[in-house]
Amino acid sequence: MAGLIKQSTSNTSTYAGLGPLLMLPSWLVVGFFLVLPVSMMLVYSFLTKEFRGGVIWEFSLAAYDQFFFDRGLFGDAPPVIEWTYITIFWRSIWQAALATVFCLLIGFPTAWFIATRTGPNKSIWLFLITIPYWVNLLIRTISMKFLIRDTGPLNEFLMWTGMISDPIHMINTNFAVQLGLFYSYLPFMVLPIYASVERYNFTFSEAAADLYASRWVTLTKVILPFVKPGIIAGCILVFVPSLGAFLAPDLLGGAKNFMIGSLIEEQFKGNAGNWPFGAAVSMILLSMVLVVLTYYARQQSKVEAR
Amino acid sequence: MARKLDIRRFPGFLPITYLCLFLLYAPLIIVMVYSFNDSNSITNWGGLSLRWYAEVFTGVESAKFKAATINSMTIAVMAAITSTTIATLAATAMLKAGRFRGKAISFALINMPLMVPEIVTAVATLIFFSAIGFTSGYLTILLAHIVFCIPFAYLPIAARMQGIEDTYEQAALDLYATRFQAFRLILLPLMTPGIISGFLLSFIISLDDFIITNFVKGAGIETLPTAIFGSVKQGIKPNIMAISTLLLLVSVIFVTLSYLVGRMGQNKK
Repeated sequence: MAGLIKQSTSNTSTYAGLGPLLMLPSWLVVGFFLVLPVSMMLVYSFLTKEFRGGVIWEFSLAAYDQFFFDRGLFGDAPPVIEWTYITIFWRSIWQAALATVFCLLIGFPTAWFIATRTGPNKSIWLFLITIPYWVNLLIRTISMKFLIRDTGPLNEFLMWTGMISDPIHMINTNFAVQLGLFYSYLPFMVLPIYASVERYNFTFSEAAADLYASRWVTLTKVILPFVKPGIIAGCILVFVPSLGAFLAPDLLGGAKNFMIGSLIEEQFKGNAGNWPFGAAVSMILLSMVLVVLTYYARQQSKVEAR
Repeated sequence: MARKLDIRRFPGFLPITYLCLFLLYAPLIIVMVYSFNDSNSITNWGGLSLRWYAEVFTGVESAKFKAATINSMTIAVMAAITSTTIATLAATAMLKAGRFRGKAISFALINMPLMVPEIVTAVATLIFFSAIGFTSGYLTILLAHIVFCIPFAYLPIAARMQGIEDTYEQAALDLYATRFQAFRLILLPLMTPGIISGFLLSFIISLDDFIITNFVKGAGIETLPTAIFGSVKQGIKPNIMAISTLLLLVSVIFVTLSYLVGRMGQNKK
């Protein structure tokens, strides 16, 4: 019923017939400066590279071939699978997945706690979580870099407490990248889960408690299924940007902990780059993201059909 | 009253919330504190001082930062105005114009900048501008920013518009107002808090962007984030912490304003 009412207010038609005219600027801007560029990127991924950056307009599968196959130094050896780039993708997926799990572990209790506050306190808590979300990502990554340097405040503090005698080397490790991703996208996890806990009807919990369900059973059997859409949304909002992240791996990870973002960036930097290859890697990343988003859209429509 | 199992409480959730806030704020606060450090090294504490703030405004890098700030601010203002206008029209179409062809696809299009990973948008935009031979750094940055600001402007505007019933405009139309008059005199004033929020948020999003700007800017032009990134590549210096603190404060002020404006609108309702 609630759904029906919402439908009727959102389908009002004071400006009936003007829809396309009002949409025109959005269509033009997004179409011309995003849809068209992405299509051109697809085309570029099938072109031949030019040696000082840029492309030659000649069809070629070289970019995708380079990604998946190793044909030896002169390109005439029988193709074997090229692991370099697959490893980078695998590392990125693994790092992004791990960041998602850690964000969920901290984010869910936080979102729940805030959503169950009452009165003005709630909006203050929510505001406190929202602020870091809007603080410049570059600055946040720099803060993290500053904090975990070998001679940074964290190591100084740990040595001062006597817990360690020598600084722990954290910068330029996978751990640092992980920390950076977790730190960058944590608020993205809290906000959607908060929104779905807000809609949760606590009489369900009361009913479960009346039927002698323990807290744990109520959480896993009643609450989690209900707030699942929010959890999935949060996981996607953390996973997708982590996968293509550039700043955290670049500033915290160094050269050994390459992720997709740095691989792409390198192809467009200076004269050493390879534009078609960079475009192909971007296309592969984009297709992976589209798979995740399609899964999400399906889950959402399932929820709405319920 | 016998206290039954409190169904809203889970043991341990409060400490985790504190931990979450601590993790989010500690690095930022430490950088803010160290920006007042009166020492040439970033490691040792040498007492309080404003010298690194003076360094930002008068030091060797001050000319670079000044130019970058002007670029960042003017681009952010123009991108925010344009994307807020586009988003306001789009929200009116999506919520107040009934059904029309291409409505479903329009929604996907508005949100597309959020779906495509930033680095992919960056690559695509770079390829597009270089293919059409358009290399003015300032304009390319501005155009790219307008695109990805649209969904951020759209969200608060659409949220606000959803709460405005049709009756006011219908009344105006019954009294022989034209639809343009109904839009300008009824809908827009009611929408003002949403529009201001949308403007402020897209302003921050534009001001903060690094990845896309870094790809499309070309040589010879810097925004504040790309200038800071360039300096950090040579190591974190104390003046970077001072300028980071300033930028951080700008973001916090804008978010706070956006939040207050949003609340003001709700109270009036």
